[in-house]
Amino acid sequence: MRLQLANPTEHASVVSWPLEKSLAEWTIPGLQRVAGLHRHVVRLLEVGATSYVIKELPDPLALREWRLLRELAEAGLPTAEVVGVVTGRDDEADGLLITRHLDYSLPYRSLLSGRGLRIPYLGERLLDAMAGLLVRLHLAGFYWGDCSLSNTLYRRDAGALSAYIIDVETSERHPELSRGQRALDLQIATENVLGGLLDLQMGGHLADGIDPVDTALAIESSYERLWQELTGVDEFNADETFRVDQRLRRLHDLGFDASELELVTAVDGARLRLVPRVVEHGYHAQKLRSLTGIEAGENQARRLLNDISRYRAVLEQRGGRKVVEPVAAARWLDERFGRALAGIPAAMSAKLEPAELYHQVLEHRWFLSERAGGDVGIDEAVKSYVADVLALAPTEQIVPPDEL
Amino acid sequence: MVNLQKRYDNGFEAVPGLDLEIHDGEFLVLVGPSGCGKSTVLRMVAGLEDITGGDLYIDDALVNAMGPQQRDIAMVFQSYALYPNMTVADNIAFAMKLRKTDKAEIAAKVAEVAELLELTPVLDRKPGQLSGGQRQRVAMGRAIVRNPKLFLMDEPLSNLDAKLRVQTRAEISKLQRRLGVTTMYVTHDQIEAMTMGDRVAVLRRGVLMQCASPSELYETPDNLFVAQFIGSPSMNVVKGSVSAVGEDSITLMVGSQPLVLTGESASRLSGLRDSVGQAIAIGIRSEALGGDGSASIEVDVDLVEMLGSEVLVHCTIDAPSVRAIDSGVEISDSSTSTVVASLDPRSLVKAGSHLSLTVDTLRLHAFDLETGAAIGRP
Repeated sequence: MRLQLANPTEHASVVSWPLEKSLAEWTIPGLQRVAGLHRHVVRLLEVGATSYVIKELPDPLALREWRLLRELAEAGLPTAEVVGVVTGRDDEADGLLITRHLDYSLPYRSLLSGRGLRIPYLGERLLDAMAGLLVRLHLAGFYWGDCSLSNTLYRRDAGALSAYIIDVETSERHPELSRGQRALDLQIATENVLGGLLDLQMGGHLADGIDPVDTALAIESSYERLWQELTGVDEFNADETFRVDQRLRRLHDLGFDASELELVTAVDGARLRLVPRVVEHGYHAQKLRSLTGIEAGENQARRLLNDISRYRAVLEQRGGRKVVEPVAAARWLDERFGRALAGIPAAMSAKLEPAELYHQVLEHRWFLSERAGGDVGIDEAVKSYVADVLALAPTEQIVPPDEL
Repeated sequence: MVNLQKRYDNGFEAVPGLDLEIHDGEFLVLVGPSGCGKSTVLRMVAGLEDITGGDLYIDDALVNAMGPQQRDIAMVFQSYALYPNMTVADNIAFAMKLRKTDKAEIAAKVAEVAELLELTPVLDRKPGQLSGGQRQRVAMGRAIVRNPKLFLMDEPLSNLDAKLRVQTRAEISKLQRRLGVTTMYVTHDQIEAMTMGDRVAVLRRGVLMQCASPSELYETPDNLFVAQFIGSPSMNVVKGSVSAVGEDSITLMVGSQPLVLTGESASRLSGLRDSVGQAIAIGIRSEALGGDGSASIEVDVDLVEMLGSEVLVHCTIDAPSVRAIDSGVEISDSSTSTVVASLDPRSLVKAGSHLSLTVDTLRLHAFDLETGAAIGRP
């Protein structure tokens, strides 16, 4: 038997697990079955504050998935952290792939059943998240091969959803994907999503207002729109260089950034062609992290950055002078973000990620202010949010298997 | 495929120019060692790889510029997932809803596919109530219901254990014959290729070495590469020469031993009559040694492997071995080599003994030592 660990210091407990035994026979404390559609035996194991997902599959597949998940992480793509791989077990038993459970992630069954905190326009949010994930994978040369609801996890992202790829059994990495590879991947995704939604509907678990066929079909148009916006070539007159700035702003609005732009003179010499060469996701998340150290999803980060800007304006108005952004961010962190989270009882603070909690407080405050016809203070908003919303919401750090 | 080519941006030529026709309803297997370009060819047919030269036709329509969806093909086994809350009928039919197919048409199509796959009695059941084989057929049904012109399968059995592989191999063959859908199947496993394909196309570095029925490939390989790639154990090939020809005979030398071909054996390799004095490669399959035969060669037995249905006898012969390599043909430096004979399991051969092995000269093969091409056939 051979165990390879990616980060042995952090995951030392793995060596004490009964790795030689068939996963179905494990009986250690903290082990739970994971419901849903699985081609292999899958278990969730809680060890202290960390949860692991363990999957039993043939050695070559386990090793392949281990390599691909690491490559995905290295490329900065949204996936689960791969912890280790076990191969060469006795009696030609299948290997094991160990990943860290993605905290605050929601499996589609839980998300689409309409239980817990509701997400407005859930069908649209879901397909936008899937299309966004596919585009990001394709830009990095990853062909998924089996994009489906059950091979994806979702995290709340300030009213939207972020999708994470968690099963790469059928994936391939190429220097670049052909049009045909992208088209087939999208076709597989569309069919699989339809299958997943219809299955939930027939089981009586699909939230109202989601049409399986329309939702599945909309993935293609959402994907094409985003792909075109990110990779399309712009052509404009030589005196319209402001179009470069416009294009960059549009990329930023979508959460992407061009680390390289190529501007070439068109054949007639009078026009310029703009080709965004490398497109990276996480523009707002990166900016928020560098200003405040807060880890957040792209939409959450956008929301929080807007709040920092508003707070900066308030500070400038109060002080009658300019306040530089890093100073405004530091004060916002202490006087707004920290203060709001301090108002949340410790027993409820793990129900959602801090950035999501703060976003929901802001949403709730807006709702209260609208109703009151005037500004409601942050402390009052937190108090009301805790009593009327958070107290009734389930914990989402790890969705228990009976919720699946 | 007419002069089909794939050249990558870095200049690597994966497929220099392939001419191949797959007939209607045929099960064609592409086989070859890793890196021979077989998957690249399949992916060009699927529309996953851009074609950099030549033409690809499906049903007489040029499809080079078409995307995978427009080509009317089905990649089988891309996903085994069945949906637990959906009946067998729904699992087969659901993707047709995306194409807004009429309900009556869906029902008719599902009934037809279920009949073909022997799933009619279980159409209303959920996947949890099915056997493993039935589940696999439901997954297959999802691909069939679209009525594709062509099935493409890329090493679909590579991750199964040996027993399941043999079982599934038989299932796929049976099903393909019953459905009669043209199928292109890629594998690196020559046994899989030989047992499944109506015809087998052997590829090497993107070049088609031979495309023929399994028995033709085995019995009359066009070249040394095919001769040694197809068959297990691999064909024994040693260096020899054409030493003399008579009115009705051809004498070959294998090391220091003469091997005289007469009658039909001499007629089969009559092309060697013009090659007296020329060094050649002489090939013979393991089962053509030690059985019926008009000639014999002397060997020393090194190892005896009892396999139950046969005994593999590894012997030393006084002639250098010859094998196909990437750059052509390689003749070993050693003056002796090992040949393997497949004998009756009741043979009492022992390691360390000296043996006079009969040779079925009707099954001898001759190859050019420079090019590896089969020679001697009239």
